[in-house]
Amino acid sequence: MSGKIVLYYFDGRGKMESIRWLLAAAGAEFEEVFLTKREQYEKLINDGALMFQQVPLVEIDGMQLVQTKAILNYIAGKYNLYGKDLKERAMIDMYVEGIGDIMDMFLPLFFIAPDAKQKQLDNIESKSKGRLLPVFEKALANSQFLVGNQLSRADVLLLEITLMLQEFFPTILSTFPKIQEFQGRIKALPNISKFLQPGSARKPVPDEAYVKTVMEVLSHLFK
Amino acid sequence: MSGKIVLYYFNGRGKMESIRWLLAAAGAEFEEVFITKKEDYDKLVNDGSLMFQQVPLVEMDGMQLVQTKAILNYIAGKYNLYGKDLKERAMIDMYVEGITEVGDTILSLPFLPPDNKKKQLEKIESKAKERLLTLFEKILANSQFLVGNQLSRADVLLLEVTLLLQESFPTILSSYPKIQEFQGRIKALPTINKFLQPGSARKPPPDEVYVKTVMEVLAHLFK
Repeated sequence: MSGKIVLYYFDGRGKMESIRWLLAAAGAEFEEVFLTKREQYEKLINDGALMFQQVPLVEIDGMQLVQTKAILNYIAGKYNLYGKDLKERAMIDMYVEGIGDIMDMFLPLFFIAPDAKQKQLDNIESKSKGRLLPVFEKALANSQFLVGNQLSRADVLLLEITLMLQEFFPTILSTFPKIQEFQGRIKALPNISKFLQPGSARKPVPDEAYVKTVMEVLSHLFK
Repeated sequence: MSGKIVLYYFNGRGKMESIRWLLAAAGAEFEEVFITKKEDYDKLVNDGSLMFQQVPLVEMDGMQLVQTKAILNYIAGKYNLYGKDLKERAMIDMYVEGITEVGDTILSLPFLPPDNKKKQLEKIESKAKERLLTLFEKILANSQFLVGNQLSRADVLLLEVTLLLQESFPTILSSYPKIQEFQGRIKALPTINKFLQPGSARKPPPDEVYVKTVMEVLAHLFK
């Protein structure tokens, strides 16, 4: 248990994907335990491993961390991806929270009816183009990284969300050249480049098998 | 501007109330600018003060901070309410995230239609008891504070949300004596005690005027 980082989640993106990205960017190796049956989830609860009966769960440094933001904050702090002082942390937090709002909109996408899905997609696209991407195009006009001239969790998250947006809206970055250049730079960093290769821990776009598994394991939420 | 902390929000609780609580607990003085008309909000947007065109906005230490979590993280860090190291911060973050999930459902209540409201209230009560109160009753069995033997943002938030819960469910703490004792201890701290006096910056439960103002100023969200 000592030294090993273990992730407990479904075999898919969901709320765990940003955690996988951040650990990968930090060069931190980890293992994964995939939840495929409700019994595994119930076992975690009965073992007292889930403080609020929810996954993600990450075992790291002798702790059983739950709550996505708590996990991300700890990883960012530990691996020096959270700025050099309180003020840089505040800038990073603002960027991360803003991106997080859009990221959260992707989560229900595969669990709702087709017409609701289209509406949600339209919402994601307009909010991203209107509210999110302009902020980062401006921030990157004169800057390699978003905050403090070094890689932070904000850069990793911006790459993650812009790649996700391109999966659904392939030309969405066409009017944001600085963000395109940014993507190129961050993708070229060794840890990130490794994570983007086939065979890494990165998970694909959710499919029917993923949706089915989540709805079975967390059946109490889908009544 | 230097040294002054200024809060921009509606004249009501909403997402700003936890920020008021934390500043008060820290003994940090602040002023408030209330948004009462759409023009007030439009001006903030046009001035470029709102990174993602959303309030809360807090001006402090030369920054225009938006995103509630970013603001709370900064205040907690600055005023030593965020634990003494990364691991304590992780514990605090887990508690804060878990409590916030329940707190957020209470926030949306005034904007729901009456029949939805009753159903939501029942959900809040059962979630609060199962997830929060049982957990914190156990943690406080042998502890004055939630983390690290000193006041942290987690203690302040737990007091805030348990008082909120008592407003809707007056007897909800009857089977949680340790939490009741905790409330008594935290309320007695000088800065908290001061905030609980009439005339402080603490805001009352949302009323029709508050709901009407929010729905007018943020009309684009309520279409």
